[in-house]
Amino acid sequence: MQIVKYLLISIFLLIFFQTSNAQRFPEPDFESGYEVPETQTIAPRALSWEYLDVVVLFIALSVMSWFVIKKRSRKGIFWTSIFSIIYFGVIRLGCVCSVGSIQNVTLSLFQSNYIIPITVIAFFALPLLFTLFFGRTFCAGVCFMGAVQDLVNIKPISIPTWLNKPLSAIPYIYLVLALLLAATGADFIICRYDPFIGFFRMNATFGMFVFGAVILILGIFIGRPYCRFLCPYGVLLNWMSRLSFWHTTITPSVCIQCKLCDTSCPVDAINKPVQIKPETIEKGRNRLITLFVLLPVFIVASGFLASRLYKPLSTIHPTVHLAEEIKWEQDNSKKTGSEDSKAFHSTGIQASQLFSDAGRIQHFFYYGTWIGGAFLGLFFGISLLKTSIVRRQEDYEPDKGNCVSCGKCYKYCPVPPTP
Amino acid sequence: MSNEKIEKSILPETGKHLNRRDFLKTGLRAAAFLSLASITGYSLSKSMSDDLVWQIDPTKCVQCGKCATNCVLNMSAVKCMHVHKMCGYCDLCGGYFKPQVKNLDTGAENHLCPTKALKRSFVEAPYYKYDVDESLCNGCGKCVEGCGAFGNGSLHLQINHDLCTNCNQCAISKVCPADAIVQIPASKGYMLKSGFNT
Repeated sequence: MQIVKYLLISIFLLIFFQTSNAQRFPEPDFESGYEVPETQTIAPRALSWEYLDVVVLFIALSVMSWFVIKKRSRKGIFWTSIFSIIYFGVIRLGCVCSVGSIQNVTLSLFQSNYIIPITVIAFFALPLLFTLFFGRTFCAGVCFMGAVQDLVNIKPISIPTWLNKPLSAIPYIYLVLALLLAATGADFIICRYDPFIGFFRMNATFGMFVFGAVILILGIFIGRPYCRFLCPYGVLLNWMSRLSFWHTTITPSVCIQCKLCDTSCPVDAINKPVQIKPETIEKGRNRLITLFVLLPVFIVASGFLASRLYKPLSTIHPTVHLAEEIKWEQDNSKKTGSEDSKAFHSTGIQASQLFSDAGRIQHFFYYGTWIGGAFLGLFFGISLLKTSIVRRQEDYEPDKGNCVSCGKCYKYCPVPPTP
Repeated sequence: MSNEKIEKSILPETGKHLNRRDFLKTGLRAAAFLSLASITGYSLSKSMSDDLVWQIDPTKCVQCGKCATNCVLNMSAVKCMHVHKMCGYCDLCGGYFKPQVKNLDTGAENHLCPTKALKRSFVEAPYYKYDVDESLCNGCGKCVEGCGAFGNGSLHLQINHDLCTNCNQCAISKVCPADAIVQIPASKGYMLKSGFNT
């Protein structure tokens, strides 16, 4: 008897809950034969279009590599880059791009609940693979951001090495930060602070428009400022390009050291002939040994310094941010009244649950900053090491890491191609 | 390099010299290729052939109004969608009229919608049909709030796939206080409310 009573009460409560919570009014009983319409929705972009993007990327990379390695045609490179601005920029509005895809891949490696589309993996891997074979032909103009900067660079000036080298370290820091924030699921900063996408969409915040405009105006004089001093994907392409099987050359035949191409490179990526004196070798060897001993110190010190930043960095993650707000509310026993706080209280999730989630994320940040900092220390140490290694070089050659295969140096070489 | 050393470093099958630098380079190339392959392979193991699209989880949405202002598009891709199958077809609609309105008519002063995107048409006494004109709707969610507070909650905000540029990182998801912006497989289409609980 007791059980039936409880059952009745619970059924009554269930009905009351349903009617009171979501659906206060009953389904209308139409007499005029009126039929309730379906909600009008428009289907998403067909999947085949996404695959077409990958095919277009593959073809563009192949054509670009052919123009760079085989044809040595600046004109061909130029028109391919115009095509990719139109297709990937104007038509596709820039998403998803290879530069941003490193974040999706990182997120898929670290967060088990994120399922990554195959097309995004293709956008990540194809340019790297092509670069391993042909050098940075992706940068030459398949990347629409590189292509845009290549277009505006009409009055190129050279940047002195003392400025070029430190600025070239920024992409490494940017990469580490972007990967850390992507791995923790905090944010995709590469996408958020993309300076060019606003121009294609004709929509961005005022700050981002200014940032984009500054990069483009700088780009008139400084060749590809974003590619060289910001692009985090460029770091990976740089590594791949150093090891590439084939790479573009300045001369179609043999270098005659005429110096005509000396200032032709818009990104300062031409290695000039180096003569080695015996005393520089002796000096370099001593410095090399000292720096080699100091390398672990750099790594640990940099890792330690970066790990000090884990708390402020972790507040970029929305869960940690919310947890701090709720903690503040608890400590001061009043409400902040923000939308976030209201939304959290309406979910009915326990604050302790939120705090434990936030704590786990902060832990992740702690180890992440250690690893990221150590990597930056290693990079810093190796960069210093490299300054004390001198290699004899006789010819004018493109620097395989920094050369973006834009082909602007081809016309400066007076040597005819070998038949 | 002594003769003995040179002999050792000759590849038996090609007879070419393999000096230290070439050896290092081949090793590094292999390492680069393998690491690229393993990262790609691992993410492929967690991938799907489908595409991801952004949607609003209507059960989480708190109608803060940020959808209208934070989308990268000038007119937000977030629109109010009406699940007719859940609607009570009321005369006094909490999503259509301002609270404590005098006349239940189509006079503009009585409307909750700031852009007059919510249209009402007579069906039969006492039922009225409500439709959203998506070209006018800016996704502010005022009607959604009204409908949820007084009615069945049949009006709710959703991201229109036709308009959404499918940014890699949805700008609204970053500011959404309720974490309601989620990525779902494109084949699932729309996260719409289902209808009457029966």
